[in-house]
Amino acid sequence: MARKRVDLDRRTVLKGAAAGAAATIFAPNIVAAQSKVIRIGMPTILSGRVAQLGTSSRNAIQMEVEKINAAGGLAGRQIEMVIRDSKGQPQEAARVSRELVNSDGCEILLDAEASSGSFAVQEVAKDLGVLVMHTNSETSSLTADPKIRIPLAFRSCRQGIHDAVVSGAYAAEIAKAKKINRWGTCSPDYAYGRDNTQLFVEYLKHFYPQAEVTMEAWPKLFQPDYTEVITRVLQSKPQALYSALWGGDLTSWVDQANIYALFSQMEVFAINMADYTVLTAVKNLPKGIHSATRYIKTYPNTKANAEWGDAYRARFKEYPTNWSWENWVGIHFIAEASKKANSADGKKIAEAMRGLKIDCPFGADGTVTMRADDQTVIGYAIGWGTTISGEPYVPEVTGAKWDTILQLEAEWKKRNNYT
Amino acid sequence: MNLVALTECLTSASCLVTQTTSGLIIGMLLFLVAAGLTLIFGVLKVVNFTHGSFYMLGAYLALTVNGLTNSYFLAVLAAAIGVALVALVFERFFMSKVYGSNVLMQLLVCYAFILIMDDAVKIIWGPEFKSMGMAAAFQKPPLFIAGGIVPVFYLFLIIVTLIISVVLWLIITRTRFGTVVRAAAVNPSMVSALGINTGLVFSGVFMLGGMLAGLAGGLAAPVRSLTAGMGFSILIESFIVTVIGGMGSIAGALLGSIMIGLVRSFGSIGFPLFVEGLMFLLMAIILILKPSGLLGKEG
Repeated sequence: MARKRVDLDRRTVLKGAAAGAAATIFAPNIVAAQSKVIRIGMPTILSGRVAQLGTSSRNAIQMEVEKINAAGGLAGRQIEMVIRDSKGQPQEAARVSRELVNSDGCEILLDAEASSGSFAVQEVAKDLGVLVMHTNSETSSLTADPKIRIPLAFRSCRQGIHDAVVSGAYAAEIAKAKKINRWGTCSPDYAYGRDNTQLFVEYLKHFYPQAEVTMEAWPKLFQPDYTEVITRVLQSKPQALYSALWGGDLTSWVDQANIYALFSQMEVFAINMADYTVLTAVKNLPKGIHSATRYIKTYPNTKANAEWGDAYRARFKEYPTNWSWENWVGIHFIAEASKKANSADGKKIAEAMRGLKIDCPFGADGTVTMRADDQTVIGYAIGWGTTISGEPYVPEVTGAKWDTILQLEAEWKKRNNYT
Repeated sequence: MNLVALTECLTSASCLVTQTTSGLIIGMLLFLVAAGLTLIFGVLKVVNFTHGSFYMLGAYLALTVNGLTNSYFLAVLAAAIGVALVALVFERFFMSKVYGSNVLMQLLVCYAFILIMDDAVKIIWGPEFKSMGMAAAFQKPPLFIAGGIVPVFYLFLIIVTLIISVVLWLIITRTRFGTVVRAAAVNPSMVSALGINTGLVFSGVFMLGGMLAGLAGGLAAPVRSLTAGMGFSILIESFIVTVIGGMGSIAGALLGSIMIGLVRSFGSIGFPLFVEGLMFLLMAIILILKPSGLLGKEG
């Protein structure tokens, strides 16, 4: 027995010695690295149907982090991005986020997930007490609902409620001018499509009470063939059609509706049309589709925006997307807040970020603000216009009035008991 | 549910024309995929889950050839031939090894191939969706027949798929290859005993099935958004079609496809929120009344 114990002890000693030696060799490097580098974890969608959006988020971050690091990083610490694929699955987004903080030593999370994943990341951030910047989730309740909101979570992207007010106001102007009373809707049958369309109709009627929805079509997400939906729209003969289809679904729908000459028979409002992913993919883009701007380098029509769009294109051989500019805003808010707080500590950055206004190529007036009370970005450029078949795709954009957006948003919050 | 709209549609010539042609176009493209699926099952007794991937590959091949040659005709031809060759390689080197195995093993091989094909598409053509665009010859305003709207391109597709159906029927019923295929479907051991190389027949059938799926992908490419994984949804509908028509019956696949097309087309008027449900309801009713499918053989 005694002999056995000695044998075991010897092994333990050997193991301990090896571990000690390793620690002596590597520990100073780890300590040195920790003081110089700050790791930011970024869960995003890099595979599957919407991988292009995740890739474009990663590209934008890569471009901006290089600039921020060249200017000194976060309070002297160089940023190191740790980017992981969540495959667009909420449970995977949560798992990856937890791993980024616990195993990879990330001190801040940049959540470039779609809405479904963002709510999961929010829970992880709440649990681990780390600063999180949601860069892509447009679901308003994420920051508007006090039951969901947390002190260390911020949002740097557009919001559903802002979109709805702007869309309703723009569509109502066209409806008034052309006396369009009969409306149809055709949106994907899942949470985003339903919420977006319901809010659009609400604000369309707010600005133009004569509007009446006479038909609704709810094709399923990723449906390959829209023929029966298109012919049903044609049979119902609405004067205008609103659609929240997006990405590849919108491309197929436009291609298929085109051969039925649908666009010459009614006014079409497709909120997600004016994004390069769709604009460049549709080969026979019809003229005159109304769309909200997602990302185009000509709106806001400023040198800064055009230069950024061109620089991105020159580097990645394609145009940025809606998600790209939203990530730009996210990482620059963190950098500016860190500068203001003169610290890379998440809690100090969060404190400095509340109410912070920064210069931004995508701001309606060249700036965007992180509203203090619900920690979400406002003042970004948003507008509607009609398409042409080639560049600049949406030549004339009617910009949104932020006063109206904020006023109606406040009323909406009150109605939903969010205040 | 909107039965008033459905009744109005059924009594209006313009609505009847539009919805019937839209039903036919949905059905005929589905038929091309389902025909290959049912043909392979009928002879090889293998449920080819990779059939959706063949359809996807056809669409992507058409996209590339269309980009290189600017010819829709060559694009469709390349889709058919290219996919037939891929199907041949897949059958010879992979599927033929699991013909006698249980269904789970066949399913695993197919599933592996689906994943490999999806990733290969992402590597070759990129992860973002693609659009092929409509050939100049079809960029024409739609025809108005009895007040109904019929797109020129869809009319062309219906005619082409009808011709393909007839040719397929002639091959199966009037040629020596067809006779051997039908015999192999009933009793492959006997066919083999007669000195016919059944391995070759099986490869031929697999190629023909793959070619039909590739053809469908190529033909539909101008009106589809091309993405890795696009074959999945058409695979599910093709299974519904083959189950309705009877596993192994090509005529059944045609009947099933047209029924599904018309159910989708008229169902979207009368039951806009239950179109998917209607397809499954139809399948359930048919299976209850005739478990082997409309034209499937009992037992």
